[in-house]
Amino acid sequence: MSLTRRALLRGGAAAAAALPVLAACGESEVVIKEVPVEKIVTQEVIKEVEVERVVTVTVPQPPSESQPLVIYSGRSDSLVDPIIQQFRSVSGLDVQVKYAGTPALAATLLEEGDASPADVFFAQDPGGLGAVESLLSPLPEELLSRVPAWARSPEGLWTGISGRARVVVYNTDRLSPADLPDDLWGFTDSSWRGRLGWPPTNASFQTMVTGMRSEWGDDRTREWLDAMHANEIGIYPKNTPIVAATGAGELDGGFVNHYYLHRFLAAEGETFAARNYHLPGGGPGSLVMVAGAGILSTAGNRPAAEQFVNFLLSTVGQQYFASSTYEYPLVEGVKASRILTPLADINKPAIALADLADLEGTQAMLREAGILP
Amino acid sequence: MVSIARVIRVAAPGGPIGRMGRWTRAPAVIWVPALAVGLLLALPLVYLVIRTVGAGDDAWALLFRWRTVMILLRTVALVVTVTAGSILIAVPVAWLTVRSNLPWPRFWSVVAALPLVIPSFVAGLVVQVALGPRGMLQQALEPIFGVTELPSIYGFPGAALTLTLLSYPYVLLPAQSSLRRQDPSFEDASRSLGHGRRATFRRITLPLLAPAVGAGSLLVALYTLTDFGAVSLLRFETFTWAIFVQFESGFNRGLAAALSLVLVGLAAVILAAEAQARGRARFHGVGPGVAAEPRRIPLGRWMIPAVGCMAALATLALVGPMGVLAYWVGRGVAAGETLVGVGDLVLNSLLVAALAAFAAALASLPVAALVVRYPSRFAWAIERATYTGFALPGVVVAIALVFFAVNLARPLYQTLLLLILAYVVLFFPAMLAAVRAALAQVRPSLEEASRTLGRSRMATLLQITLPLIWPGIAAGSGLVFLLTMKELPATLILGPIGFKTLATATWSAASEAFFARAAMTALVIVFASGVPLLLLRLRLGQAPGQGPPPARQ
Repeated sequence: MSLTRRALLRGGAAAAAALPVLAACGESEVVIKEVPVEKIVTQEVIKEVEVERVVTVTVPQPPSESQPLVIYSGRSDSLVDPIIQQFRSVSGLDVQVKYAGTPALAATLLEEGDASPADVFFAQDPGGLGAVESLLSPLPEELLSRVPAWARSPEGLWTGISGRARVVVYNTDRLSPADLPDDLWGFTDSSWRGRLGWPPTNASFQTMVTGMRSEWGDDRTREWLDAMHANEIGIYPKNTPIVAATGAGELDGGFVNHYYLHRFLAAEGETFAARNYHLPGGGPGSLVMVAGAGILSTAGNRPAAEQFVNFLLSTVGQQYFASSTYEYPLVEGVKASRILTPLADINKPAIALADLADLEGTQAMLREAGILP
Repeated sequence: MVSIARVIRVAAPGGPIGRMGRWTRAPAVIWVPALAVGLLLALPLVYLVIRTVGAGDDAWALLFRWRTVMILLRTVALVVTVTAGSILIAVPVAWLTVRSNLPWPRFWSVVAALPLVIPSFVAGLVVQVALGPRGMLQQALEPIFGVTELPSIYGFPGAALTLTLLSYPYVLLPAQSSLRRQDPSFEDASRSLGHGRRATFRRITLPLLAPAVGAGSLLVALYTLTDFGAVSLLRFETFTWAIFVQFESGFNRGLAAALSLVLVGLAAVILAAEAQARGRARFHGVGPGVAAEPRRIPLGRWMIPAVGCMAALATLALVGPMGVLAYWVGRGVAAGETLVGVGDLVLNSLLVAALAAFAAALASLPVAALVVRYPSRFAWAIERATYTGFALPGVVVAIALVFFAVNLARPLYQTLLLLILAYVVLFFPAMLAAVRAALAQVRPSLEEASRTLGRSRMATLLQITLPLIWPGIAAGSGLVFLLTMKELPATLILGPIGFKTLATATWSAASEAFFARAAMTALVIVFASGVPLLLLRLRLGQAPGQGPPPARQ
């Protein structure tokens, strides 16, 4: 089947009279691998993984030449391409990745249905995985049991790969942690009028609101949303511009995921005037969520798909997310980056993932409140 | 669908096909491919109807709300402002670069056209960072003037400014080409009849320019309608934004489709308005229409202000954004970021952009021939249908094509061929406008003479018509090329697995706040697009046969 697909790809190109150029593109992909820096990284990893294979991988899969592994990744290639490259060289598999936004890929998967070429869906958030749950098949218990129960699908259809915490990002020129309230209700005070931002279309934000509904009930949640809305909180399309606006002093703070700040610190240095604040009072404002992966029931290469999820949950995979994307590893024994607040110190609410499934109800509430169109 | 079945039945009965009786008098070699192109380009509409029907009552509840009406009104306000702003920038720039003695006209032409290639999410990001309340401009002003905060750029002003600066080239390119084609004898006649320069400009040059400006404005209006990147970052909630919210958070294809149909309806109103305006303006070329070089009017004491305005525009629309991007690259490199090679990305981008331009040019020929030579209701319907893709957000078109490819043309799915097809669906109107205008100025008598002298239809097309309409094809191809260079959603969703372009790489880095990497690929997009554009311009400059103005009967 894979050969057919590649042949068709070429066929399409040939029909458009572009075969030589495309072939050239294919060759140069190989060249990328030979960039010296990449090579060093890859070699180090191979050593680690060889050790690991003996310990954890029960059935090593022989590389199958005919069947490529097709991954739909809602996580951007600037984040996950290095780890996929490592998997490629370790497994010897032909790994093909389609990168796009999680919502667009979920919509694509739904349109493709049975015809989907995808084996694995690697999504930015549980919402994206939830939208295609009908297309996923359960993961083996051996993989599921590696992550804590709160970080995987209750039906075992997908597993969290890395954790992200909800935080309040604040401008350090204007505020110190002592000025910030203990929990989300503190921000409804009129002294915060016009000083904050939130991303209501963002799936992580909506998951936090779903958490509120589960903790507080719908009436209290609506009350909080209305109070924040009345407090003229700014609507932003996603997390990144909120962190940028907070660092620039355009906003005093905003509700975001924790890791964006660390990208800015890496790019702009320690002078970037924003930091994260974990609400000590806990509650839904301190929710920890996951980016995760699931295997499609129509997967043509299920062994390779399981091998890939297994790799992401291995020590090497987890360490990659801890050190390169500043996310929380989910597998026990792998340490989070030293610059992060340890997961154990976050006052996480006891909300089960099953209680975070009703994104549609949350969106209806946000629409009613006039926050979403 | 019924009508199509009838069309086919009418065409089928034997004999030398070539007449469609009451539908069109065009020969089959023209109407069959034109119909095929029209149907293909209307596919997204079919998909939207299928999905909306599946959405049921939720869709109606969503559509008939006060808030939906408000968003619609905001969108209309933005469309009107951006279109008016684009005309106000493009017409003077077109005149200055074509009809005045402004120095380095070709340089200014290319610089003024280039903002078109800046992806809108990059422009939104740059405007936010540079002109935001505490952005770069404020940082620069604070030590000198003590400005601690600029007025907010968010909402209507920022969105309107950004979209105007991104989309005025849609008007500029056809306006320049129309000014180049104008027969100077009209203006000579006006002047000799005692009109001053100003009156001549107002009564002769502007009216002759109107059809080209109208066609370009249509593209600006439709582009504004469907932009997502800039309006979302600058926080102005438009209809397309509402559609994206459905996609992004609802995964609700039915509601997204219902909203998209409303967008198509709005586009239909805009199209009708443009047709109305065009219908009233009729200008006939008389006499043999000898090609003549457009005369350049000396600017005199207006020279310095004119150059100043051009420089200001270039700074605001191109140099400024590129400066911000270059600053990000520099800062990233200083912070130790390694920038990877972009060779493959450039090749891929140029490849698909060139193929898309070629395919769109090919597809536009039968449609332009039908519309110009055999105007009828049938031709009108096909032409309107080809606007579907341009009037919809790219992600909607992409998902629609996934639906059709998976269900009807599985072997095409995720091939380069389908991706090129998607670009044609998205950008065809930009091509058609240019080719139609060029064909309208070719006198049918030339083709008839060729046929009478024994040339076949194909030989006539290749030896007579194509050379005459070449400038139009080149202009349209240039536009499609530039639009494809920055296209994002269709490339991500429909591209072969693992296929990356400069635009997708920019998006990937920008969405995760890797600004240095995003800025570098965005800069490469501008340069990689600028070179072909420059070549095209030089080529256009040499192109012979600047014929008489468009003759409309």
